Amino acid sequence: MAGEMMTGNLAAAWGARLAGVDYIPAFPITPQTEIVEALAEWCDCGAMPARFVMMDSEHSMMTAAGAGAAAGARVFTATSSQGLLYAFEVLYSVAGWRVPLVLVNVSRALAAPITLEPDHNDVLAARDAGFLQIHAETCQEVLDSILMAYRIAEDERVMLPVLVNLDGFYLSFTREPVIVPDPEKVAAFLPPLRPAHLGFKASAPHALGVAVLGGTPYTYFRHQMHLAAMNALQVHREAAADFERLFGRRYDVVEGYRLDDADDVLVMSNAFATKGRAAVDAARAKGRRVGLLRLRVIRPWPAEAIVTALRGRRAVGVLDQNLAPGLGGILVQEIAATLYHDPARPKAICSFIGGLGGKNIHEGEFDAIFARMEQAGKAGRGEGPVLLYTEAEHREMEQLQILASESRADR
Amino acid sequence: MTWQRETFKKIKQIPREEHVLPGTSLCAGCGGLEALRLAAKVLGDDVVYVNAAGCFTMLAAYPFTPFKGSWLYTTMGSAPAGAQGVRDALDVLIAKGRLPKRDDLKVVVLGGDGSTYDMALSSTSGAIYRGLDFYYFCYDNEAYGNTGVQLSAATPYGARTTTSPCSLQHPAGTIQEKKDIFEIWRAHKPPYIATVAPRYPLDLAEKFARAATFTGPKLFLALSACPTGWLYDPGETPEVAKLAVETGLWPLKEAINGAVTHTYIPKRKPVEEYLKLQGRFRHLFEPTKQEEAIRHIQERVDAYWRQVNV
Ligand SMILES: Cc1ncc(C[n+]2csc(CCOP(=O)(O)OP(=O)(O)O)c2C)c(N)n1
Ligand code: SF4
Ligand SMILES: [Mg+2]
Repeated sequence: MAGEMMTGNLAAAWGARLAGVDYIPAFPITPQTEIVEALAEWCDCGAMPARFVMMDSEHSMMTAAGAGAAAGARVFTATSSQGLLYAFEVLYSVAGWRVPLVLVNVSRALAAPITLEPDHNDVLAARDAGFLQIHAETCQEVLDSILMAYRIAEDERVMLPVLVNLDGFYLSFTREPVIVPDPEKVAAFLPPLRPAHLGFKASAPHALGVAVLGGTPYTYFRHQMHLAAMNALQVHREAAADFERLFGRRYDVVEGYRLDDADDVLVMSNAFATKGRAAVDAARAKGRRVGLLRLRVIRPWPAEAIVTALRGRRAVGVLDQNLAPGLGGILVQEIAATLYHDPARPKAICSFIGGLGGKNIHEGEFDAIFARMEQAGKAGRGEGPVLLYTEAEHREMEQLQILASESRADR
Repeated sequence: MTWQRETFKKIKQIPREEHVLPGTSLCAGCGGLEALRLAAKVLGDDVVYVNAAGCFTMLAAYPFTPFKGSWLYTTMGSAPAGAQGVRDALDVLIAKGRLPKRDDLKVVVLGGDGSTYDMALSSTSGAIYRGLDFYYFCYDNEAYGNTGVQLSAATPYGARTTTSPCSLQHPAGTIQEKKDIFEIWRAHKPPYIATVAPRYPLDLAEKFARAATFTGPKLFLALSACPTGWLYDPGETPEVAKLAVETGLWPLKEAINGAVTHTYIPKRKPVEEYLKLQGRFRHLFEPTKQEEAIRHIQERVDAYWRQVNV
């Protein structure tokens, strides 16, 4: 395959570099740090005509990013996990400012217990912040999605920030062949940022983020955000078409794999979808007619594309790589609500929780998932949440518990 | 050596033009707003105010703003980071020829004491450390005012707030001493820091004029006598602000590259005169006078000025 070998993190940095960003406020956190390190170096050596500044926290970083974008600069920043949560209040603020910045989140499970490995409780916690969200499966897609993100964010019909997500370790530190797009073609795809409604200047004073009194103006501005986010579906379509024309790679809001004659469809997102594809191939080899639907754009929620892909199926399974304690999976709720009104909705929706803290999903587990989906589809009754956790894993856990109690007894 | 004003020698020299227009929803007699009004006479209109949550957030309430300049409301904890983003972006856009130099703005953080002393301390420290070219205007009303006057790290010993009430266990109300933010700022070695009070307009205006000659962080701590939180009649704001300075409780000073000068040496009236004007200290006088607490406040002031050695 063409392209140079690079990690997802470096691909993200290349995305920002090719987008010609002006300003990068930064803060380190594993597994994202490599992105800002690369950008720092490029800004320092003059390869990127951008200002890079190390901030004192992600809360400050996000504020500086939003403020820089509000002043009219093209802004990039990146974080992960605890950092995203530390910035949480500001995510809502900058979305309300309607600034078209791009934030990369490298997914990492949330403390406690603290870990470095990925799942999606971090990025999904931010799903209602007003950021659009694109979740990438490959390193190439990380780079390409950042370019698309700027194009969509800066469109007059949208003017909202975009979060591009990639999984920690599985993408961030995994080297894959990545084609670095030609800067001239990027320029044809992404026009320079000349926002009509942003900027602070002496000749045109501007008040942003002001207080409102009462529910009416508040509601008006919030509705505006929602409608703009919904506009992003059309803008994404246009951007995807232009992107394919220029670069030959096609990205839709959702991506189907072997859906054509599939009875049962498993829904996944991000890097683990690659495992899902392999599982689909394996199941098909054993005679099961199954397919995979990968959610790529999560905000705006691509309801129509989801219904189109899932209507008429026997069973749908949603593999949530997140856990809402006391509820189950997050995405399955949205999928179920989306399908409810379709007369040809699947006969069963099953919910699986897996990949927490980067835990593997084994072949045997995928077998079981497809078997249970088939059963549920035939019975016309969904199930879940099913918490994926194998006996072998539990034996490993018991060993750890024995060690923990022994070390306590030693004291 | 006494401090000499160079730009503003007479009250007539203070521009008559207003830059913070009247009609805002802030309380009548707000000392902080008066300090800002005076500061803006020197800062002018080519300003972007980067605001932290507090009373002043209500200055710009859709569809109104009292400023002829720009405004960005951020959060309670990160206005200095907002200033960083705006300043950096303006610099980049000017350098790349996308913004004419004449459109440049002064970036001014506008935050209360709760924000300044507590929540935004890390963000402020970061901005000073990075040498950000900005103004910081802290209007210090010595409490979380906007939420109904709760204890902040700027609340002085002996004041009563809604979360440091006068009680049997704590008859004095607030038992902590006011955090010395001036010295915290000074430890960062910014080029310019000053305290100001609205009742001393020439001193205030002169300091803003002097600050303008420095690139980097220019930090102001403005005494913001607050009728609503300090419990006195709004008409008495000038008197309260004056006594804060004349008793020595609110020293007027500046620090240029760390070197401190007191810009006004008060004759130092007894602190009682200041305290008894305000409802927040009434429990120190009624029903029984808390001599000990009042003496403690007086001794702290005396010790401060002994150490100043003027
Ligand atoms: C993160 C966060 N926590 C709490 C608040 C609530 N809040 C709004 S204004 C305010 C008081 C701020 O006090 P200060 O900075 O002294 O300004 P003042 O209200 O006195 O003008 C508080 C606590 C908030 N806006 N944001
Ligand atoms: S509460 Fe105090 S500081 Fe706040 S607006 Fe009223 S007078 Fe001013
Ligand atoms: Mg206050």
